[in-house]
Amino acid sequence: MIHSLFIINPSGDVFMEKHWKSVISRSVCDYFFDHQRKASSPEDIPPVIATPHHYLISVYRSSMFFVAVCTTEVAPLFVVEFLHRVVDTFEDYFSECTESIIKEHYVVVYELLDEMLDNGFPLATESNILKELIKPPNILRTIANTVTGKSNVSSTLPSGQLSNIPWRRTGVKYTNNEAYFDMIEEVDAIIDKSGSTVCAEIQGYIDCCIKLSGMPDLSLSFVNPRLFDDVSFHPCVRFKRWESERVLSFIPPDGNFRLMSYHIGSQSIVAIPVYVRHSLCLRESGSGGRLDITLGPKQTLGRTIENVVLEIPMPKSVLNCGLVTNQGKYTFDPVSKLLVWEVGRIDVTKLPNIRGTISLQSGSPPVEANPSINVS
Amino acid sequence: MTDSKYFTTTKKGEIFELKSELNNDKKEKKKEAVKKVIASMTVGKDVSALFPDVVNCMQTDNLELKKLVYLYLMNYAKSQPDMAIMAVNTFVKDCEDPNPLIRALAVRTMGCIRVDKITEYLCEPLRKCLKDEDPYVRKTAAVCVAKLYDINSSMVEDQGFLDQLKDLLSDSNPMVVANAVAALSEINESSSSGSPLVEMTPQTVNKLLTALNECTEWGQVFILDSLANYSPRDEREAQSTCERITPRLAHANAAVVLSAVKVLMKFMEMLPSDSEFVTSLTKKLAPPLVTLLSSEPEVQYVALRNINLIVQKRPDILKHEMKVFFVKYNDPIYVKLEKLDIMIRLASQANVAQVLSELKEYATEVDVDFVRKAVRAIGRCAIKVEQSAERCVSTLLDLIQTKVNYVVQEAIVVIKDIFRKYPNKYESIISTLCENLDTLDEPEARASMIWIIGEYAERIDNADELLESFLEGFADENSQVQLQLLTAIVKLFLKRPSDTQELVQQVLSLATQDSDNPDLRDRGFIYWRLLSTDPAAAKEVVLAEKPLISEETDLLEPTLLDELICHISSLASVYHKPPSAFVEGRSGIRKSLPASARAGSEGVESTESQAAPAVIPAQDSLIGDLLSMDIGGPTVAPVAAAPAAPFGSAAMDLLGGGLDTLLGETSSSPAPPSALPASSAALLGDIFGAPAASATYVAPKTTWLPAEKGKGLDISGSFVRRNGQLFMDLTFSNKAMQPMLGFAIQFNKNSFGITPASPLQVQSPLPPGVAADASLPLATTGPVQKMEPLTTLQVAVKNNVDVMYFACQIPMHALFVEDGQMDKRVFLATWKEIPAQNEVQYTITNVMHSADSNFTDTVVSRMQQNNVFTIAKRNVEGQDMLYQSLKLTNGIWVLNELKIQPGNPNITLSLKSRTPNVAEGVFQAYDNILHG
Repeated sequence: MIHSLFIINPSGDVFMEKHWKSVISRSVCDYFFDHQRKASSPEDIPPVIATPHHYLISVYRSSMFFVAVCTTEVAPLFVVEFLHRVVDTFEDYFSECTESIIKEHYVVVYELLDEMLDNGFPLATESNILKELIKPPNILRTIANTVTGKSNVSSTLPSGQLSNIPWRRTGVKYTNNEAYFDMIEEVDAIIDKSGSTVCAEIQGYIDCCIKLSGMPDLSLSFVNPRLFDDVSFHPCVRFKRWESERVLSFIPPDGNFRLMSYHIGSQSIVAIPVYVRHSLCLRESGSGGRLDITLGPKQTLGRTIENVVLEIPMPKSVLNCGLVTNQGKYTFDPVSKLLVWEVGRIDVTKLPNIRGTISLQSGSPPVEANPSINVS
Repeated sequence: MTDSKYFTTTKKGEIFELKSELNNDKKEKKKEAVKKVIASMTVGKDVSALFPDVVNCMQTDNLELKKLVYLYLMNYAKSQPDMAIMAVNTFVKDCEDPNPLIRALAVRTMGCIRVDKITEYLCEPLRKCLKDEDPYVRKTAAVCVAKLYDINSSMVEDQGFLDQLKDLLSDSNPMVVANAVAALSEINESSSSGSPLVEMTPQTVNKLLTALNECTEWGQVFILDSLANYSPRDEREAQSTCERITPRLAHANAAVVLSAVKVLMKFMEMLPSDSEFVTSLTKKLAPPLVTLLSSEPEVQYVALRNINLIVQKRPDILKHEMKVFFVKYNDPIYVKLEKLDIMIRLASQANVAQVLSELKEYATEVDVDFVRKAVRAIGRCAIKVEQSAERCVSTLLDLIQTKVNYVVQEAIVVIKDIFRKYPNKYESIISTLCENLDTLDEPEARASMIWIIGEYAERIDNADELLESFLEGFADENSQVQLQLLTAIVKLFLKRPSDTQELVQQVLSLATQDSDNPDLRDRGFIYWRLLSTDPAAAKEVVLAEKPLISEETDLLEPTLLDELICHISSLASVYHKPPSAFVEGRSGIRKSLPASARAGSEGVESTESQAAPAVIPAQDSLIGDLLSMDIGGPTVAPVAAAPAAPFGSAAMDLLGGGLDTLLGETSSSPAPPSALPASSAALLGDIFGAPAASATYVAPKTTWLPAEKGKGLDISGSFVRRNGQLFMDLTFSNKAMQPMLGFAIQFNKNSFGITPASPLQVQSPLPPGVAADASLPLATTGPVQKMEPLTTLQVAVKNNVDVMYFACQIPMHALFVEDGQMDKRVFLATWKEIPAQNEVQYTITNVMHSADSNFTDTVVSRMQQNNVFTIAKRNVEGQDMLYQSLKLTNGIWVLNELKIQPGNPNITLSLKSRTPNVAEGVFQAYDNILHG
């Protein structure tokens, strides 16, 4: 199980450590640093590293490394999931998770870690329960606490901890009962040069913000539930009901949570909202290249497309770009060779276009670029 | 003094300040002070000096303060064991607190303090907490047992905590169950004995499955992991367990999903692979695995490593999901490389075009490692899917045209492999390859290119020039290149001897005289001698037809794969190594897939003591059958008459006890087991009315040398085995006009090294018209030469008339030796080790007595008389399966499996041996023995 946790900042300092069993020296992180030096970017550090006596399992979130140390055979996914949950909890508590925030709230962080894991076994990871055990810090409460002498730590057992619905606390009361659902869909498509779709799939999520009193029992039905290829649910969803009736029936946790995530695979036809007309020619007459890209809407069902961002990772030989856009602005980072064009809204009457020249290092062979588009 | 003085004082000042704050009367101040202490502790400052002051704060009703003090204690108690004792009283008191939160906190913290003196005091409170009315306390206490075991395992065993922990498995609260499972599996892992603490029974499994639905995600992981260690009793149970686990595949937590996949993959082994259930389960497994690939890159990586295993084991699951493994430009490199691997595994004729166009794109990426792997992947594609080879080659050529150095080199390496797989098909591209000769600087690429030149030397006009250019810097080359160059030049010389003599001499002298690499020198000398003694032989050796390379060189070995399938979702599956290879101090428990369920329940229970590392590739159903053969109990005689052979002492006692009461006090010792020793099989034969006369089978004498060829001497004979000695029984008849004398016999070299052990004793002189018998003892120590067919023996017989030559066949059964009985485990291991292509099948037709109800036993005893030993016998679906071993005089072991269907006169025989060419003779022997 998880022995210790080290939190490491990008410059390679271990600024926080927590041991659930015996203390393991931080020198174990040297193995991690070895890999860090080898990797070209922080994302490229392998998540599982074997050392002679320990196994280091790490995740990279908000430009910090969370390195868990294990000594026995464990399920790595279990550790990875747990680490992500730790970061989620921090974000939930402190609204963001950065090095300075963690340093500021050392004690709460320490208490949280202690509450989340006991001897390497997860204890309480539901934010609803944790919040009952350890109140999240805020200025108001700090003032109130100093005045009244109360503490941030609850002295009673959280009510939901052992019930059959551990995710919800009891006695929730709201004056305004409201529930919000966000549908987030990410279309992941690979389109070849000629514009035909190589592969397209949808990864979707339903995120909720539920503020309802008491023990509400909700159900959510879909027009065409057959579309879902694969679903995974928050534990509150009654799986039997979904299996038999394709209805989401659940008692929600209080606050924000992800109700379900689903996947619509390549078998279904996925409508791609934009198209790209491009002409990209590197190496034209010696050391230059030309680029001309036009975006247009496609199958939008009457909705406008907003926040379009286009990213092109350029080949190494590109030195700089001199481009003109008729909409939005572009940046080119000569170090990472990434061209980012923030288009914004697509107006059907005036299609966004970017064109211009690219200066290339002379003498290097032409390499094709793979334009990829992020739409949100 | 120096400046360091100030440092120490300031440090002391800080500690001192904290100390005074800790001793402040105000609660608030105290708490703030403890917080400061904890903060310094987390960043690694040493604040152990404050121990007594912090412990003083412990007795408080403020929970937060208490928690903080506990945090401090956990960290520093070890360094101050004497002081830590001060805290014990408070702990013990807290364990009685009315607030369950405090009780749990106290017992939790006590477990974390690794000080012996404290541990002693822990026992009583822990015992109480394990029975606490509040489930929160119970579940905390369960984990505490695991902690205690880590500190002092004997104490846990002595105090009976393990039993208490086992009781918690049937707790009403699912969280408690989950934690108990987790604690037990951790104890299991660290226990030295290696034997599982809890025998999984269907009842416990049922409880766990119930708890599974209600506990937290982490608890589900623990429960699923321990379920994976359970082997269901039969198909039905496996199926119903699978059904109850399947919903877990839709869990949001990737760890739960993967653990569920593990259990399903394992239990699926038990179900017949063509059943509807398995088909639907296979369909259900794909989407969750695909979904794992859309989560965080770390999760993706672990998932991909596991998918790699799953795809090798059951390619069907993901065969339609090729597209999800296409690489995204922003994937981390470790994810990209894994995806590439899986793409190749999934490549088939149906999707190869798509894969190829993807791979071509990848080969133009920026990351060098990735590009290299992509180019390699194209080559593997060509080797795997024959139909795509042409397209792959043209893709590779396109890539070579890009002139990107590392792409070209990598492409040449894989083209070499393609040439190996499809010889003489694509040599038209050689000229393109030769153009890039100068750019190659990596040894592997150079070696590959040289190999290609040597292999196709006759088609490359300037091969000698090319090779000569390499030869200039011979001494600086990597040894791989040197060896390749040597071979290539020798090949060239053999193909074009006229104009390359100088070259070959040059390379031979370089290799043999100027090199200090023994490999190179040896190879040089071998070539030199070959060339100087017999160029024709050299041609045969050097230019011999090469075996085609296999399609999948990088597949995991099946036994390892099966073991790893049992470890899906664990570290082992990420490393693709069994845990014993990297986890320290692990006892040798290895997991194995359950055998397919078509073996009845009979054998399965008897494998209780699975101490043996029974790792069996279950895809091979034959071996699956063997698994349910009793591995643990070596006493079970392989005789049918012993259905109740004692499997364990318990059964024995029962039997004995029962007999005692029946027979009064006649015997105090249990009745002898009804199992018959194997040697009394002949006796059995009698009982069952088998022809007792059928001792060793003796083939009737056949005429080896007719009189018209033997100048009047007629020789007939046969081979027979008597008392462990091989004899050649001969009959000499003189059909000539005058007496014969001066007989002598000699054998040519033969496959089994058979040679006369003593001179031939025949009546001499042999008068005309008289026949004389002679028995010639034979030894197997003579010179060996492989004959075709294997059993041929060429004999020369001399008498006063002439020397006569004839050839005869040695019946294989005469070569079966008496010590051919293999140990059961060895049999199992050997069967497994011998590759499947060494297995030969044969049907023995029209065996007599097959209608007889005791037919199988007859077969057993008959074969036994001929030194074919039955290792085990089982009944599967009404068929009798016999496992037999035999050994030939030259030490070759042959393993057989016989399938006998009652009433069917045909017997199916599967044979495995390291030298499968003996199969023909063995089949013949079986035929003879069973028909004779």
